[in-house]
Amino acid sequence: MMKDFSTTAPPLEVHDLTVAYDRRPVLYGIDLTVPAGSLTGIIGPNGAGKSTLLKAVLGLLPLSAGWVKIFGGPLAQHARRTGYVPQRESVDWDFPVNVMDVVLMGRYGHLPPGRRPGRADREIARACLDQVQMLPLAGRQIGNLSGGQRQRVFLARALAQESDLYFMDEPFAGVDAATEAAIIDLLRGMKDRGKTVVVVHHDLSTAQDYFDRLVLLNMRLVAAGPTAEVFTPELLQKTYGGRLTILSDVAQALGEER
Amino acid sequence: MRSFLRLAALAVLLAATPAEGARIGELADWDFGSQTVRFFSLQDASVRYALAGSMLLGLCCGLMGAFLVVRKLALMGDALSHAVLPGVALGFLWGMTKNPVAIFAGAVGAGLLGAVVVQWIRATTKHREDAALGFVLSSFFGVGIVLFTMIQNLPGGAKSGLDGFMFGQAAALGPEDVWLLAGVTVLALGAVGLFYKEYVLTSFDEGFAQSLGWPVKFYHYSLMLLLAFAIVSALQAVGVVLVSAMLVIPAAAAFLLTDRMGAMLAWSAGLGMLAGAAGAFFSFTGQSLPTGPFMVLAAAGLFVLALLFAPSHGIVRRLWRRRSRVARIRRENTLKAIYHVMEDGGFREEVVEIEGVADRRRETAAGARREIVELQQAGLATVADGRVAFTPEGWQRACEMVRNHRLWELYLTNAAQLAPDHVHDDAEVIEHVLGDETVRRLERRLNYARRDPHGKLIPGLADLAAGAPPSERVAGFGEKGGAR
Ligand SMILES: Nc1ncnc2c1ncn2[C@@H]1O[C@H](COP(=O)(O)OP(=O)(O)OP(=O)(O)O)[C@@H](O)[C@H]1O
Ligand SMILES: [Mg+2]
Repeated sequence: MMKDFSTTAPPLEVHDLTVAYDRRPVLYGIDLTVPAGSLTGIIGPNGAGKSTLLKAVLGLLPLSAGWVKIFGGPLAQHARRTGYVPQRESVDWDFPVNVMDVVLMGRYGHLPPGRRPGRADREIARACLDQVQMLPLAGRQIGNLSGGQRQRVFLARALAQESDLYFMDEPFAGVDAATEAAIIDLLRGMKDRGKTVVVVHHDLSTAQDYFDRLVLLNMRLVAAGPTAEVFTPELLQKTYGGRLTILSDVAQALGEER
Repeated sequence: MRSFLRLAALAVLLAATPAEGARIGELADWDFGSQTVRFFSLQDASVRYALAGSMLLGLCCGLMGAFLVVRKLALMGDALSHAVLPGVALGFLWGMTKNPVAIFAGAVGAGLLGAVVVQWIRATTKHREDAALGFVLSSFFGVGIVLFTMIQNLPGGAKSGLDGFMFGQAAALGPEDVWLLAGVTVLALGAVGLFYKEYVLTSFDEGFAQSLGWPVKFYHYSLMLLLAFAIVSALQAVGVVLVSAMLVIPAAAAFLLTDRMGAMLAWSAGLGMLAGAAGAFFSFTGQSLPTGPFMVLAAAGLFVLALLFAPSHGIVRRLWRRRSRVARIRRENTLKAIYHVMEDGGFREEVVEIEGVADRRRETAAGARREIVELQQAGLATVADGRVAFTPEGWQRACEMVRNHRLWELYLTNAAQLAPDHVHDDAEVIEHVLGDETVRRLERRLNYARRDPHGKLIPGLADLAAGAPPSERVAGFGEKGGAR
């Protein structure tokens, strides 16, 4: 019964989500539904709360209000079906692990506590590394990689998770054009296999090209929907043009009052 | 601040307890040789306890310390080990004896309280971890010193034997202490063995672990609890002041030695055991010396060795690589000079005068001769009657260098639009580091051009692959160039 429900429920449903750091809200009343099999871009200016939205959805931050449903249920129930590519700066690149070790971490969600990854997991990890053309560097310590290579390792790890819903925080940041093309090919391939992919993106000039749905975000939801409907000058102006002064003033005041 | 506290602690101890504890070094007349024999024969029970205890604590601290170091929490070990001091004093006051169980419980309690205070300061103020750790370390240590002083002033307090907790006294380890250490070590090994992947992932990428739905707080605090256990059980042997060194130093050395977490854990535990054994040995053979400082000195010695001789990050290895790189560049420059002299002669001669090479290199004749002897030793050239000739391999390397140099000059003038007289110095450096792959790309990019910006011919990859001996090759080379 549970199963039937979860196959029909959308991969991600967010209702009236508010998130605050130290009681200073940075996201207000977000309502959002991401349909299955879509490639969705989240765009908005710096500090709009894009990373915050991903973290809140993944349970890495406490919610001030609202709820998040993954495949119709709480995240904990479907943690295995969600994959995550964090922003690149978030890990310590001197850590004594090599590329293969990191990709194998993608398998950890499928293993009970105390179980180590086995041969089958290694095979999957190798295949994923191959998909991002990083197999020859499998034995490298991760600190000895270029920015684009680091991003590919993270992507391979996400692939190894074999999830149905992916969240990626700026996978295109700091990579060259060739890597960017390879990554977008990969994402489209995932979409074709029925995966749902949500990507934080910075570059307006490519956003229209890459994504079939867009979420325009600036502390609150400006618009969300098919790219053709949402990628309009008026809505972009609303997202990027003139800061939303009242909201940020109120936020400031709330922060100070504390 | 911290060193001041340590000095204060030292003063208290020196005033209260003239060095008169039952240190085994004093039991026999001091004689290094016979003491060494006694140590290694392991006849005395006290030696066995001291050695076993010190090695167990080295293993345990090494294991926990590796996680601290990779999590960049080395200061946490320092803070926790100082924070346990009031707990030790309270454990003693409980029954006015050195009851290991009471002291263990008191110390673990105090340590965990310290960890909670650190967390609380971080969560509720804008202070980061370092300030919180500094606060906990010094204030808890201060309270501990006050309590210790009070105990020394109580009737019977002067003989409490608590001074061992300050700087460590492996010789005073009894069977209960060793069993305690063994128990904690087994617990630590078991936990790390069982939850290896969990501890590694939560240390490496906490956000990702959390997105998998893992209880990251549980793993963090269980690691802190094991850490507190390790610290407290090690106190008797190394002392409060230096136990953090046993957490950090072996792990820091291991970090230099390997790029894999599993290997780092093994190295760290192994080096910890070695340092522990060395500390026990020196403390036993030396005259009434405390164990802790010796253990830490031994660990520091191992760290210096790792710093010097680590396989890829070591200083010796780096110096060596640098030296051999400098020598290679010198050889390559000499090869190039010989090539240039031949080229100036229109490649009519297969041998050139060493003096000509010296002129090209702007060297004395003796200097050039030395360089050419180096070439000979490397099998790149042969010398006879003050004249030098390439071996086939030397010819190949010389062509590669000239080609790299000229390709790069051409690339800079064509693609980067630099003037021809601005590109030579850059090419002098780049020519030694261009790989085959890059050369191929450069050639393609430059449409297999044959002449550099100064009109000189560029030996091509295809020419090199032919691998013919110099004379024939030169002829072929000249013809091809001329046909264009
Ligand atoms: N750990 C934190 N503590 C307090 N405030 C934070 C924290 N992280 C982010 N913020 C604030 O929350 C707001 C949203 O940040 P967020 O990182 O979500 O933005 P973003 O849209 O991802 O920006 P960018 O495009 O620069 O990555 C910003 O105003 C930022 O200053
Ligand atoms: Mg961001």
